[in-house]
Amino acid sequence: MIRTQRLAAGVCALLAALASGIAFPAGAVADETTALAPKVDLVLDVSGSMRTKDIDGGTRMAAAKQAFNEVLDATPEEVQLGIRTLGATYPGDDRRTGCKDTAQLYPVGPLDRTEAKSAVATLSPTGWTPIGPALLKAADDLEGGEGSKRIVLISDGEDTCAPLDPCEVAREIAAKGIGLTIDTLGLVPNTKMRAQLSCIAEATGGTYTSVEHTDELTDKVNQLVDRAADPVVTPVATEGGSSCPKAPTLKSGLYTDREEFGQERWYRVDVDPGKELRASVSVAADRTMNPDHGLLVRAFTTHGREIVRGEAAGSGRTDVISTGLRYPKADSDDDDAPAETVCLLVTNSFSAASGVKTTPGMPVELTVDVVDGPSQADDVASFGLGRGWWLLGALVLFSFLAGLVWGWLSRWRVAVWRTN
Amino acid sequence: MRMTTVWGAALLVLGLAAGPAAADSTPSASPSGDASAPTSAGTSFRTATEIDQGRTATASASTGDYLYWSFAADVLERPTVRATVKLPASHAAQTWQVDVYDGLRRRQACQYGAQTRTAAQGTAEVEVECVLRTVRAWSEPWADDPLPGTYYVRLTTVRLQTADLGQPVDASVRVESKDIGGSAAVDGWLAEPLVPGVAVASQHDGKDDDSRRTAVLSSIEPDGGWSSGWWSDRWVWTGIGAVLAALAGIGGYVLTRGTGRPSRVPPGA
Repeated sequence: MIRTQRLAAGVCALLAALASGIAFPAGAVADETTALAPKVDLVLDVSGSMRTKDIDGGTRMAAAKQAFNEVLDATPEEVQLGIRTLGATYPGDDRRTGCKDTAQLYPVGPLDRTEAKSAVATLSPTGWTPIGPALLKAADDLEGGEGSKRIVLISDGEDTCAPLDPCEVAREIAAKGIGLTIDTLGLVPNTKMRAQLSCIAEATGGTYTSVEHTDELTDKVNQLVDRAADPVVTPVATEGGSSCPKAPTLKSGLYTDREEFGQERWYRVDVDPGKELRASVSVAADRTMNPDHGLLVRAFTTHGREIVRGEAAGSGRTDVISTGLRYPKADSDDDDAPAETVCLLVTNSFSAASGVKTTPGMPVELTVDVVDGPSQADDVASFGLGRGWWLLGALVLFSFLAGLVWGWLSRWRVAVWRTN
Repeated sequence: MRMTTVWGAALLVLGLAAGPAAADSTPSASPSGDASAPTSAGTSFRTATEIDQGRTATASASTGDYLYWSFAADVLERPTVRATVKLPASHAAQTWQVDVYDGLRRRQACQYGAQTRTAAQGTAEVEVECVLRTVRAWSEPWADDPLPGTYYVRLTTVRLQTADLGQPVDASVRVESKDIGGSAAVDGWLAEPLVPGVAVASQHDGKDDDSRRTAVLSSIEPDGGWSSGWWSDRWVWTGIGAVLAALAGIGGYVLTRGTGRPSRVPPGA
């Protein structure tokens, strides 16, 4: 039903566009730009409860439609935007069918505003709230390309399709793909819903926002879409070894990995003489953790001697814990001196209550930079220069004394010469 | 008598020389509410919004968000990060905290300032502050002294009620630096400032075939670029010291000669 309506709307939009002589910008985009284009999938809850009239006097659905229209107008050109619905088609009571009810309303791709808007206009509040399955499908929608990926979930109720916990779904999606963030918006939320939606957001490094007014919804979705358009460095996936010889060799760059509770991850970096290794590591707390946590990064020689370490510990609510280290390798007189292999060991002391899943591991972000080494300090002070009143006093005093002695010496010499 | 004249002259010379240096030391404050200041914040180290010192950056966010900004701090500066959060009309008690991390994502200690503050129920505003240590040109790799480079500011709620999650808040952050001057000028310097991704960025510079906008981890620089690290007012002090020493030396010498001819020399000679 949706599909035919969309087709009809599309044909209308096409005719309208042809009639007014507006060309579609879609086809002209270069391949390279498409591969790096940021992708956003808006996931809208169209469950029965969206009929409730409690946002600025109108229904939640009306507020969402108005917000979507404004967001579609303001979407930056480079963003590939798609819309997915959940609970839009099946009005019945069968839980099994209701929990599969998620459909792609507008495919992720170059945006045709008119077509997208007419697709949104067809929506009417209907069925269940299958958040978990909708997120899984949305992740599939976003597949491919190297740009940043974002799911914006707008819902007015908690998931009605247990036992599939949407929070764990979100964590698994994040573990599968790189750089996928889920932001959640709760329409007139209650406490349970807040907890669930913010859990989904935190699992992927996204944000959660409660919405009570239409303009708040518009502003927030616009902000999130704009955020997706900001160019950001995409990390390279790697998998640390269980010991140094088995570890992958990393060059300068940004890497991502997963680490379970209490797991050891080894990486290797080659450092030429006269170069400096800089490494920073962040481990994200993407699930409910015990409040006290820590992170330890150590650099070892291949013989197992610890060179330097970076440590961090924290307590309380946090998104990541991070630390770093620096290792300047001394310059060598020999031009052919071989590069030293430095082994980096990342360990964490996160812990969680017994019910919390330990797999997939927590996201690890690793930055490696090998740069020219620093110039060593020969003195505490810059170039060994002096400073301050004591320096001036000492200089004046000693010079004065030296002048006196010199004067007396020369007088004595003159006197001796005269007498002879 | 003579000594006091020398000291007086020294003071005068020093005053003249130190004049321009002292003028530099006032933080370059520009009026707040700049049109060019960023109006959003990042949500992770990777996406941190870059801000300039002396400008007030704002962001609208939700309670529970982790807000990230980054700024550049150069040698001999002592940055102060001040963040203000306007809270929603009704809320339970919540604790806000500002953390500062250096370019290696190591947490930096705050010397002074209330880094963590609890806003009591219904308070309209909460302000947190962190005064960092002085940024030095060099330190041993085993120390975590602040080094020139990128600094990250993270502003978040560390303790709150679930009912307060996701409520709209307005945050503003401002970084200002005090110029500490030559007293903190140490020997040695880094080949590259502590900017994450600097090795990758310099590889890109070399290629020069990359016309499209490539994302870098951090591209922020202080006004006028990174300091080369060799200049400090120690050169002025040492220079003045040398001049004064020369004068004092001559003074001492002259003192032994007295005025006119030596008394012991016979008038007829």
